[in-house]
Amino acid sequence: MTQLALVIDLNVCVGCHACVTNCKQWNTSGAAGALTDANPFGADPNGTFFNRVQTFEVGEFPNTETVHFPKSCLHCEDPPCVPVCPTGASYKRKEDGIVLVDCDKCIGCKYCSWACPYGVREFDEERKVMTKCTLCVDRIYDKSLPEERRKPSCVLACPPGARLFGDVHDPQSEVSVAIRERGGYALMPECGTKPANHYLPRRKSVLNVRKDELYRSDNPHRIDGAPFEQNLPPTIEEL
Amino acid sequence: MRPAFSVLFLTTLIGAGQGLFIALFAVELLSAEALAPGFFVGGSMIVVVLCGLGLIASFFHLGHPERAWRAASMWRTSWLSREVIAVPAFIAAAFAYGAAHWSGVGHTIALGVVGIILALTLFVCTAMVYAAIKVLREWSHPLTLINFTLLGAASGFSLAAAYAGFAAPALTMPLAQAAFTLTVLGLLTRGAALLRNARLQPTSTLQSALGIRHPRIVQKSQGAMGGSFNTREFFHGKSSAFVRGIILAMLLGAFVLPLVLVLTLPALAFIAQYIGLLAERWYFFAEAQHPQNLYYRSVS
Repeated sequence: MTQLALVIDLNVCVGCHACVTNCKQWNTSGAAGALTDANPFGADPNGTFFNRVQTFEVGEFPNTETVHFPKSCLHCEDPPCVPVCPTGASYKRKEDGIVLVDCDKCIGCKYCSWACPYGVREFDEERKVMTKCTLCVDRIYDKSLPEERRKPSCVLACPPGARLFGDVHDPQSEVSVAIRERGGYALMPECGTKPANHYLPRRKSVLNVRKDELYRSDNPHRIDGAPFEQNLPPTIEEL
Repeated sequence: MRPAFSVLFLTTLIGAGQGLFIALFAVELLSAEALAPGFFVGGSMIVVVLCGLGLIASFFHLGHPERAWRAASMWRTSWLSREVIAVPAFIAAAFAYGAAHWSGVGHTIALGVVGIILALTLFVCTAMVYAAIKVLREWSHPLTLINFTLLGAASGFSLAAAYAGFAAPALTMPLAQAAFTLTVLGLLTRGAALLRNARLQPTSTLQSALGIRHPRIVQKSQGAMGGSFNTREFFHGKSSAFVRGIILAMLLGAFVLPLVLVLTLPALAFIAQYIGLLAERWYFFAEAQHPQNLYYRSVS
């Protein structure tokens, strides 16, 4: 069975919000209707987004790290939001595991958003229905697009390439390899929701640079066979 | 969680209606002397009106009330869907029970049994709407079921005592005594739930929410500055003084005042208890800490 998902590399994400804007742009133009923007140019801008980037500071000053944390529907393999829906508007697709809301069946009772521990569903205050990340289901199968563009908008937008997209049930896929080899993990595993989306943790970047690598190999002052210290280029004072 | 007012009215109104129906049927079964059918007809009418008002209130919770009929479709998996079926079914049973008494066609015991089964089913459905959400651990406990049932029954019996004061004075005292007992039981079980929830340790932490093990994590941005659905729906946004006031209103209104008043002034006791139960339901929402709140700790 296919289970499409995103894998988000927290080691790479720079918190630029490009995924947020591109997600909003694509999905506000979708067939389901615009994503509300209330008071967009006022003091309290407010609106519906499928994807948000939050920022956390980890550690005690001065040993802190800023972690940018993109947050969208995790397309759980056991989604708690689906069985609670009284109308069947909230459903998980069998063929690719995407969790979707049928906006024509949704009665706007918000019950699904209570059942989701991650808070990734947003009620649209204008359309009065529940909305959520669709994994850009309206573009990933679009044959009119070139194949490399058939990806969620957030993935295409990400400048440093922190977002990977693919089938987490295929052990050879890019996302499965990334999860396996780069320590991919799920959020709130204690909730038993088995999120399909995974996150790749921060890694300590260690560069092993040998001393001699810091100097030009074609150092004109080099004396062949002399010890390293004697082969250093002259300092300003020496010149 | 932010208390949804339509839901506060729905659960308290139908709870009182179900309790009143149970009281009516208990009177029919246990009363030594034969009562005029008018007592049951009037009582059933009150049940139908209360539950009808509750049903109307529930529509205000929906973004698309015109699609509400769809909510009956997923009864196999959704407790909300089951409740959507159980409410009109119970109203119909209460109406049939009253109609049978009024028209004199008989079979009131059989209709009453159906009504009782539906009343109890509805208590289970209503409570399970909340108790079935595993991530809300304050709700996800058998005490939720017990409290919805006992508190609904208590307010229904208080109302029955008040109603009997006008319609069948001889029954006022036994109904008031039953209301007293149910209120004491409700106080015990709601108190147990309050204690449990006060001591509850959350299973999810900011560490498990982000997958970062460091003990010190401070939120710097929520991804939006003007709030979002997440900050509106899952936080009640009231001061702790206000919440303490609500707890006081709940304890006084739903329990203390009815216990003091029900044996002498049952009508006043019911009014106090109903207002107290609105406060109880408000706090029921407010005390539930949704794990998504971990992602919305602060903005800076």
